[in-house]
Amino acid sequence: MKEIYEIRFHGRGGQGAKTASALLASAALGIGKHIQSFPEYGAERQGAPVRAYTRISDKPITIHCAITQPDMVVVIDETLLKSIPVTEGLQDDGILIVNTHESPAEIKQREKYNGTVATVDATKISIDCFGRNIPNMPMVGAILKAKELVGLDAIEHEIRKKLGKKVSAEIVQKNINALHRAYEEVKIE
Amino acid sequence: MTSKINAMTGAEATAEAMRQVNPDVVPAYPITPQTPVMHAFASFVSDGLVDSELIRVESEHSAMSAAVGASAAGSRVMTATSANGLALMFEIVYIASSTRLPIVMNVVNRALSGPINIHCDHSDSMACRDSGWIQIYCENAQEVYETSLFAVRLAEHCDILLPVMICQDGFIISHSVERVETFDDESVRSFIGEYRPKHCLLDTDNPITIGPLDLFDYYYEHKRQQAEAINNAREIIPKLAAEYKGHFGKDLNFLESYKMDDATDVIVVMSSTAGTTKAVVDKLRAEGKKVGLLKPRLFRPFPAHEISLALKGKRMVAVLDRSDSFGSMGGPLFSEIRSALYDEAEKPIIINYIYGLGGREMMLDDIEGIYNEISCINSQPEEKVKYFGVRE
Repeated sequence: MKEIYEIRFHGRGGQGAKTASALLASAALGIGKHIQSFPEYGAERQGAPVRAYTRISDKPITIHCAITQPDMVVVIDETLLKSIPVTEGLQDDGILIVNTHESPAEIKQREKYNGTVATVDATKISIDCFGRNIPNMPMVGAILKAKELVGLDAIEHEIRKKLGKKVSAEIVQKNINALHRAYEEVKIE
Repeated sequence: MTSKINAMTGAEATAEAMRQVNPDVVPAYPITPQTPVMHAFASFVSDGLVDSELIRVESEHSAMSAAVGASAAGSRVMTATSANGLALMFEIVYIASSTRLPIVMNVVNRALSGPINIHCDHSDSMACRDSGWIQIYCENAQEVYETSLFAVRLAEHCDILLPVMICQDGFIISHSVERVETFDDESVRSFIGEYRPKHCLLDTDNPITIGPLDLFDYYYEHKRQQAEAINNAREIIPKLAAEYKGHFGKDLNFLESYKMDDATDVIVVMSSTAGTTKAVVDKLRAEGKKVGLLKPRLFRPFPAHEISLALKGKRMVAVLDRSDSFGSMGGPLFSEIRSALYDEAEKPIIINYIYGLGGREMMLDDIEGIYNEISCINSQPEEKVKYFGVRE
């Protein structure tokens, strides 16, 4: 593992790429890591392609620029595969995680990527759990199964702390259910 | 003293410092990317976590006018702005320092229009470099937080009494979540202390006049005193920094030398790009290259003596400016440093790179490219100012 583990999220405005990126970073901070999380800002619009980045390290992070050679790429919206070269700069020994009902083998072939691929139908999980398409929380579950950057308990703690201030206990629990379900359902090859 | 580790953006770190300072008055007008600072602080006000009177004004010109009025009345005042907001304030920015009012303002650096651009460069605060404010530039959210506390004491020091501008890179720092260590409220409040202005309008037992007509009889003397006041900061900063260290146990550097001791080739750069440059220095050092970084934090008053000392004996210096000074002999940082080196018998080769205007990204490879380029320069080139990473 490089000194700094680098993750790039691809999503659309409103799907929670920034929130997922920040949640992962906060949870990693909670277990003593050094972290960074930032979105790429353009003109923020609902539905426009957005990127967000997370860095996790055992040592202080001084770099302040975008991630161009990520260890992991997380695609929160499958339709972006058609328009954005999501695997650009992704290391051969890296991990590509896609929100899709397709299998990892199908994504590997379509994206011509030979590293590890993980797929999960985060949209279906999200709709089942909250009745809305906000796939970021299940994607975090899939990330943790593919790479144990932090434990599920650390993320749960963070969800309760962050979301607990804004929404009801019932919604918080639904988020945690979605996280767990994706953790169980994600397929990794 | 106890401290806490948080995941915070630069904007949140600013607001947290403001909450702890608990200023009497905060007049503000929102502008991207300063908005999250005031958003967070406004929450503290409505949650009753501060006693501050938040004045929601109709423009930045009014924000600074209200800051001047409140400060003259004897209040501790803080505010924040960016780019065109600062430009609109400018008339009153100059009045604030001329009236010797210790206002603390966070500037979230953003390119001035036009054309319209919301991303980071230093054209906004650099346009105010001659306005008589103390200016401190921050690399990351941690520095923003700590400098925001320190600035209150600096501004209010009886031998200074000047406003302070704390600058952080828009989006790159203001919207980036980082690891930030914050101090407990009690320790912060005992360091900051209570503000007891020596002169103020509401002290009716000792009536004073503020802001009168001041023509050729005394205006010049007042300007001379102002020059004296900002220069006093040179001596007071190390003393306050020592007190700060005694209080919080931390060094607050105003000129950081990174792997400079045996360096032959040096990049001088401020703010977030200095952090990225550190990673490049580490990589090149591992390859055996003698490179270093000099990161000025204090820009006004300009630490000319300390910078020429730090650059003494160096072979090559590249100064990176995130703003241009159109038609001048290079960017603001370059002009100051080149002037500071004039008195030295042995001068390094020195060139200027203007970079990152309007948020143009500065990647690790870009900075490494600059080191590679300057390592091949063996005599002072005629072309001293280069525009890095621009299509032409």
